[in-house]
Amino acid sequence: MKIALGPLQYYWPRVTVLEFYAAVRDWPVDIVYLGETVCSRRHELRLPDWVEIADMLAEAGKTPVLSTQVLLESGNDLNTLRKITDNERYGVEANDMGAVRLMQGRPFTAGPFLNIYSKPTLDVMAAQGATRWVMPLEMSRAGLAQLQQDRPTGLQTEVFAYGRMPLAFSARCFTARNRNFPKDNCQYVCMDHPDGLLLETKESQAFLTINGIQTQSALVYTLIHALGELRDLGVDVIRLSPQSAHMDRVVAAFRAVLDGRESADEAHRNLVPLMPAGPCNGYWHDRAGLDMVLDGQVVASPAPGARAPGVRARSAA
Amino acid sequence: MSALPESHRPGVVPRHDPSDFELVCPAGSLPALKAAVDEGADAVYLGFRDATNARNFAGLNFDAAAIAEGIRYAHDRQRKVLLALNTYPQPDGWMLWRDAVDRAADAGVDAVIMADPGLMAYASERHPGLRLHLSVQGSATNYEAIRFYHEHFGVARAVLPRVLSVAQVQQVCENTPVEIEVFGFGSLCVMVEGRCALSSYATGESPNTHGVCSPAKYVRWQQTDQGLESRLNGVLIDRYDDGENAGYPTLCKGRFDVAGENYYALEEPTSLNTLELLPRLMAMGVRAIKIEGRQRSPAYTAQVTRVWRQAIDQARSSPSRYSVHPAWMAELNKVAEGQQHTLGAYHRPWK
Repeated sequence: MKIALGPLQYYWPRVTVLEFYAAVRDWPVDIVYLGETVCSRRHELRLPDWVEIADMLAEAGKTPVLSTQVLLESGNDLNTLRKITDNERYGVEANDMGAVRLMQGRPFTAGPFLNIYSKPTLDVMAAQGATRWVMPLEMSRAGLAQLQQDRPTGLQTEVFAYGRMPLAFSARCFTARNRNFPKDNCQYVCMDHPDGLLLETKESQAFLTINGIQTQSALVYTLIHALGELRDLGVDVIRLSPQSAHMDRVVAAFRAVLDGRESADEAHRNLVPLMPAGPCNGYWHDRAGLDMVLDGQVVASPAPGARAPGVRARSAA
Repeated sequence: MSALPESHRPGVVPRHDPSDFELVCPAGSLPALKAAVDEGADAVYLGFRDATNARNFAGLNFDAAAIAEGIRYAHDRQRKVLLALNTYPQPDGWMLWRDAVDRAADAGVDAVIMADPGLMAYASERHPGLRLHLSVQGSATNYEAIRFYHEHFGVARAVLPRVLSVAQVQQVCENTPVEIEVFGFGSLCVMVEGRCALSSYATGESPNTHGVCSPAKYVRWQQTDQGLESRLNGVLIDRYDDGENAGYPTLCKGRFDVAGENYYALEEPTSLNTLELLPRLMAMGVRAIKIEGRQRSPAYTAQVTRVWRQAIDQARSSPSRYSVHPAWMAELNKVAEGQQHTLGAYHRPWK
């Protein structure tokens, strides 16, 4: 199985982004998704900058892929999209059906927001030129097993395996709303939150993460325990989503388990302190996404009155 | 809103005969369907009693007999019946969704409202005469996406997600060959429809997978010393002081702590209401207005349909003199979520 680094979801300063991807050259990842997928107002890097990063990573032996913005609203959004789909140097991850149309039969990766839940839809995507599809985040192991049986020949499968999950997109910017700024004059406040802005319930349960127009899980999805199952199911690529700190160690942990140098339990124990919040894997087990299942037991679930999620709830149990 | 109607401004030419403009109303049950037809809906939309539609709520929706009677009732009065088949077929559930397409075609509905490309491919091959509408759950916010569905499956109409501004709606209208339908009134989704998994994150069930959002079976109300609490699968969505109006715990409409402040961090409990935009929407070529609320009562459907029928008739007969009657707003606010309304994303500052 290959390791992919998912597109950067957050808005980091230009220098930070450049340093991050310079370091990626030496990480044991095979595929790197690049580009701004969340908000067109974020301009620390423009498309030519992303292409330069792609060049640098290609030189280091990685396979760069340019990801398209998920929510396309304005004419400018479509102009940027066309520049990506017109490029002939790098592969494209299509995150909207408009992007699929513009690929016009050329090979592309069907992103996780295209809502591919069934074989007939997988067939439609393959007929359009998809060479890889990314499983929707809310799909379970059982669902994936079914689709792996049904998938068209030659179509690769990628699964989101680590990171805060992008759960929703809106026209509204929730980070600007938090500061009482209008979106059109947001003052780029996303930059204050390198791993997003935590949203908690009134009883301090870490629930969601605000990231501009995107809403993420607060908890960090991890399939480190499922790597064997993913391999058995014939999954080709796992996706790790960048976080602001320790991403090198996250990648190393997944690589070590894949290579059989470390047990999943050991890697998990080492990973948890590196996460911006507690872990979850409920979707994989056909449960609420925020649940955490270990050894067949739900170890963290938002039972009524629960004070805290994730690892803290577990250690208190 | 503006004194000068858009249709009278230079450069804005109505693309269609305004008499084509359709009022599309929700029918969660046969009584609601009849109420909508009686009050002047041009079309009603409804769903089967299962996970194939995005209002898969207990006690709601139609079996075969009810659909047959509903279609007869509507067609006798020259109105249309649209069937929402707008969830995503799940990996092991293809037969359920496929059969639903066949049942819809056999029942003689005027169109099927769909989100899933695989299902559209099946419908367009098996039932070439069946008219297809792209559901709001298809997340098509731009004309390139709409063209995709039109070119591959012959989609005749697209329902736009509630995320676009008026100018963006106009851009879509000008660049697609398909009819455009927009939401006019009802509960407001703050997220792009079809791209929101918040409900399954909290409960395991979402609009895409189960046709539900914040499903009632996960809701718990609890009176505590600190106030009335609403929970969704255990997650505290809101807590109300004595005397506060408590709302249904739709999870994006709760009060949460962000950066030391407790507030409606995502969206207030509020309804979308675009009455004041009606002449502009008509002038830019929008073909239909959709009213949300299949989960609401027949009385709601009747009330909302009546107001919108009057408004559309007035906007159609004399767009230059159109104005929103205070009585219309008063009627609609009575049934609005949180008893308040917004123009939502149509109005730029909302974003």
